[in-house]
Amino acid sequence: MDLTELQEIAEAERQAQKSIRVHCCTSTGCQAANSLGVKKNLEGAVKAADLGDRVQVVGVGCMGFCGRGPLVEIDPQDKLYEEVTPDDAASIIESLNGGTATANEGDLNHPFFARQMRIVRETSGKIDPERIEEYIAAGGYQSLYKVIHDMTPAEVVDQISKSGLRGRGGGGYPTGLKWATMAKMPGEQKYVICNADEGDPGAFMDRSVLESDPHRVLEGMAIAGYAVGATQAFIYVRAEYPLAIDRLQKAIKQAKRLSLLGSQIFGSPFDFKVDIRIGAGAFVCGEETALIASVEGGRGLPRPRPPYPAQSGLWGCPTLINNVETFANIAVIIREGAEWYANIGTEKSKGTKVFALTGKIRNNGLIEVPMGITLREIVEEMGGGVPDGEVKAVQTGGPSGGCIPASLLDTPVDYDSLVTIGSMMGSGGMVVMDETTSMIEVAQFYMEFCRGETCGKCIPCRVGTVQMYQALTKILKGEATMRDIEQLEQLCGMVKDTSLCGLGQTAPNPVMSTLRYFRDEYLVLLQDSPNGKVAVKS
Amino acid sequence: MATVPTSRADTTAAKKPKEAKKGHPSGDKRFKVLDITMKRAQYRPDVLIEVLHKAQEAFGYLEEDVLLYVARGLKLPLSRVYGVATFYHLFSLKPGGTHTCVVCTGTACYVKGGGQVLSALEEHFGIQVGDTTPDGEMSLLSARCLGACGIAPAVVFDGTVAPKQTAELALEKVKGWME
Repeated sequence: MDLTELQEIAEAERQAQKSIRVHCCTSTGCQAANSLGVKKNLEGAVKAADLGDRVQVVGVGCMGFCGRGPLVEIDPQDKLYEEVTPDDAASIIESLNGGTATANEGDLNHPFFARQMRIVRETSGKIDPERIEEYIAAGGYQSLYKVIHDMTPAEVVDQISKSGLRGRGGGGYPTGLKWATMAKMPGEQKYVICNADEGDPGAFMDRSVLESDPHRVLEGMAIAGYAVGATQAFIYVRAEYPLAIDRLQKAIKQAKRLSLLGSQIFGSPFDFKVDIRIGAGAFVCGEETALIASVEGGRGLPRPRPPYPAQSGLWGCPTLINNVETFANIAVIIREGAEWYANIGTEKSKGTKVFALTGKIRNNGLIEVPMGITLREIVEEMGGGVPDGEVKAVQTGGPSGGCIPASLLDTPVDYDSLVTIGSMMGSGGMVVMDETTSMIEVAQFYMEFCRGETCGKCIPCRVGTVQMYQALTKILKGEATMRDIEQLEQLCGMVKDTSLCGLGQTAPNPVMSTLRYFRDEYLVLLQDSPNGKVAVKS
Repeated sequence: MATVPTSRADTTAAKKPKEAKKGHPSGDKRFKVLDITMKRAQYRPDVLIEVLHKAQEAFGYLEEDVLLYVARGLKLPLSRVYGVATFYHLFSLKPGGTHTCVVCTGTACYVKGGGQVLSALEEHFGIQVGDTTPDGEMSLLSARCLGACGIAPAVVFDGTVAPKQTAELALEKVKGWME
């Protein structure tokens, strides 16, 4: 494979594409709402109307508006149909000949779409994720060619550093710095791992990226491998994402067939192999050292750092671990240049972030927005606010994050601002809650989660989560006093400061943030309620 | 507590291809899948989780005999295999029902009433999450998050994700199995 061949594939694919493409979403969400039935009927209708020479039906990845699936988009007419049933299919195809479609037409000019800026998701919902040719036709694998032929590994690392990209898994560690550390490590064998163990409940960005555009992630990983000197990579995917696993397997096979993965990529001495490792349902495996233990086939127990995985990771070798979304940014940064990327976002948080906007909100789904946009813009303008009600809080960062009250909705979304107000970016889950949600129950819900997911290795986390859960239950039952709140706060600080890994260190966040912003809700349930209200008697 | 060995780097040592095993003494064909998986990975211990996935697919759950077989195949102590099988939530050491009903308990589903769906099912069949009905017809399970938050609350009936569930819808579906 060389550049001419790559361009030939792209050209042949563009020639073969029909002038009108009917995109039908085939991601998990829409499939659950029978989008495969819709797709089948659309194909049948095209055949019946004898439009096969200019219309093609394409199964594509996620278009983002998951709450209104199945979605069908007509390209290039820019028409979007929502909640399409198989019965609507024939009329949609007729509408191409001037008829009227019976399906609900969506508004692509709505802020939900208009305010987005698509980098990671630029081809999601536009190409068939199961065909590498479509990705190549959209410019895919050209960045990989560029780095292998025109750049030294040090130049690649330099570009990523200059772009200001930070880890999208939630921690926000500068990606360029991580790569630079890895590149400097001695040793013959190095590994790249893609963390696709998206465990935060309420988050599905990585699933969507893998299902909609697996090659983008593979290309980013290969570029990383070239930059840091690794020849073997693993993608660690949760077993709960069967469709993502299936599409990744297909993608790896196709890339190997075209020698875009494997030995001597683009005729250079660079080899890069990717294998899939499937998780088995353990939230703690999202933590990098636990993930490494799981890739090695053991129990997913974290270990103290240092040594960091970049020094001693998989089988004791230097290992680079990045999140799916981080890798999905790489090819674009190489293509457009670091300066271009660094111009997007805020001073310390560059680029865009994908969020899963869910919960009590009108427009459910995935959005990609530039960093620095305010929560209010996301929730009220793009999300359309709470149906019949007011926003009470927005939960970001999953069990490691916190609840942000409605009064702080004007906070810009970037790594540092969210930490300042007691939450965190996390991997990108954003769950909107309204007045009917009890914040103590939410805290209890997350503590139940952490209690069940603690690996049990260190005591503060193993015992602390159970005790915090018990304290919250006691409060909810109305049996607690002010003394219990004090104890709970002490416990939060202790678990945060003394736990071994990220799971325990962040487990108290939902409790601390609700105690900080919704203290009244706790206080009215106390037997010795200090704010004068009558306490609940058990 | 067993820490994860990091000295497995010399995979060549484990590579020595052994005589292909003749399978399980019982002659049970299902063990063949495990043999193939282990052989393809050259009996390296890091394939353990994948083999357990295959075993669970083939047998429905991980019985002791299967764990022993895998431990021998990969030359791992049984304690290590048992430790892994019990650490991960998706592995089950007891048989499940004919049908499975997995209720998502992720945050989005929780906020939209997934909890009510789960408790309605628990109450109606008199079982707890993780249990199987006494007649062995249905196992009731929960998932941390299916990543299908756009269509919350979601329930998986026998591997098929159903969107926007209510207690009534879920009960109706499960009762359909029982007839």
